[in-house]
Amino acid sequence: MKDLIIKPEKFSIYWKQFTREVDNFGYGSLGIVALTSVFMGAVITIQTVYNLVNPLVPLSAVGLVARDSIILEFSPTMMSLVLAGKIGSSIASEIGTMRVTEQIDALEIMGINSSAYLVLPKILAAICIFPFVVIISMFLGIAGGWVAGVLGGAISSADYITGIQQTFIPFNIVFAMIKTITFAYIITTVSAYHGYHTEGGALEVGKSSTSGVVYSSILILVFDYILTQLILT
Amino acid sequence: MIELKDIRKSFGGREILKGISTVFQTGQISLVIGGSGSGKTVLMKCMVGLEEIDTGEIKYDENVFSNLTRKERKPFRQEIGMVFQGGALFDSLNVEQNVMFPLNMFTNLSMEEKRDRVNFCLNRVNLVNVNNLTPSELSGGMKKRVAIARAIAPNPKYLFCDEPNSGLDPQTAIVIDNLILEITQEFNITTIVNTHDMNSVMEIGDKVIYVYKGEKWWEGTIEDILKTDNKELNDFIFASKLAKNVKNMGLLK
Repeated sequence: MKDLIIKPEKFSIYWKQFTREVDNFGYGSLGIVALTSVFMGAVITIQTVYNLVNPLVPLSAVGLVARDSIILEFSPTMMSLVLAGKIGSSIASEIGTMRVTEQIDALEIMGINSSAYLVLPKILAAICIFPFVVIISMFLGIAGGWVAGVLGGAISSADYITGIQQTFIPFNIVFAMIKTITFAYIITTVSAYHGYHTEGGALEVGKSSTSGVVYSSILILVFDYILTQLILT
Repeated sequence: MIELKDIRKSFGGREILKGISTVFQTGQISLVIGGSGSGKTVLMKCMVGLEEIDTGEIKYDENVFSNLTRKERKPFRQEIGMVFQGGALFDSLNVEQNVMFPLNMFTNLSMEEKRDRVNFCLNRVNLVNVNNLTPSELSGGMKKRVAIARAIAPNPKYLFCDEPNSGLDPQTAIVIDNLILEITQEFNITTIVNTHDMNSVMEIGDKVIYVYKGEKWWEGTIEDILKTDNKELNDFIFASKLAKNVKNMGLLK
């Protein structure tokens, strides 16, 4: 970890790497994030309507439940798990392949701090771009809930929109961002660690990629619990 | 000049290098030969600082490289070029960007100057009109030549080549050998080559070191190889029937 915190050999090169990763992690993930978010929001809304059997609870509560579920849990945690699969495996296999094909040795020979050059821009890019991806996911999730609820005839548009405006707590967004940034750090560092310490050939690169995703996912779930316990209780 | 003094290196209690001492002279090609697992790649990795030695001393001219910290080694690293067995070209960069990479990192040259230098290096290794190709579009021999161009781009004083001919056909191997020889003489570089290729041994080596079971078993010139009665070295050099017959018939001079 201490190897990552260094003065860059050349700031412009690190900046180029950073912008490349921002594009890769952000723009490159939008498709899967949009698809997952819309369907996630739709399912949450339909399931909430299905479970809302008490006639005393107004139907607008569906919007509220969907909104809070998406903001507090589904967008930051579910999206991070999805991104762990997509980005985590890509980081571990990219760095792992560089290791087994001696590209990392080539960087070291040139006098470049390979861990900082390869990993630091990825960590910073993920920390910077993941919050935007998760915010987009929140909007799309809530919109997906509206589309499924209204088009499916489960809830009226007015009820849903009233619900998503009720008792909104802005801190929930802050909490979601804290989780997102933590998960971004976990995904990049854990996957990069597994890739960087790959030894062997193609088979080991595959194993590193799998380990990166598995350990990132486990840590995301553990830290999800820890952060919820620490911040929300 | 690179000087090794009693280099020892172990992995997990198994001693791989058992006290190797030698000197590699400037402007010469020194070949390190030996069977698979003899320790020659570990020796090269120790020399360039990819592995730390347990005991001994590695000197680059008057500087004790092995005693330096990572930070202190940085200026020396910029004087080292290395050609890896597989080329180790960066997959995400094209040929021009690969060769330009060390220049981007450590020089303040303008883009035009860097492009001139890249083209000079690519021309030097007989590659033209390949600037925009990616490593996956290159043949094995072209990859090696791009790797050589990248290694010489920052004007290194020391050039290390780890089995530069492995996986190449005999004709391409000769082209690579001649290239290493010409570059060494032209730029007065200290060149060290790990090889299995007996053609290389006979063609370009100013000095040959035979590493056997982690020890420097034999050291000499190409002429000495033909006269030596060292059994292990003879078994290694003349392993093939053809080579044995040629030697027995007295055709080697």
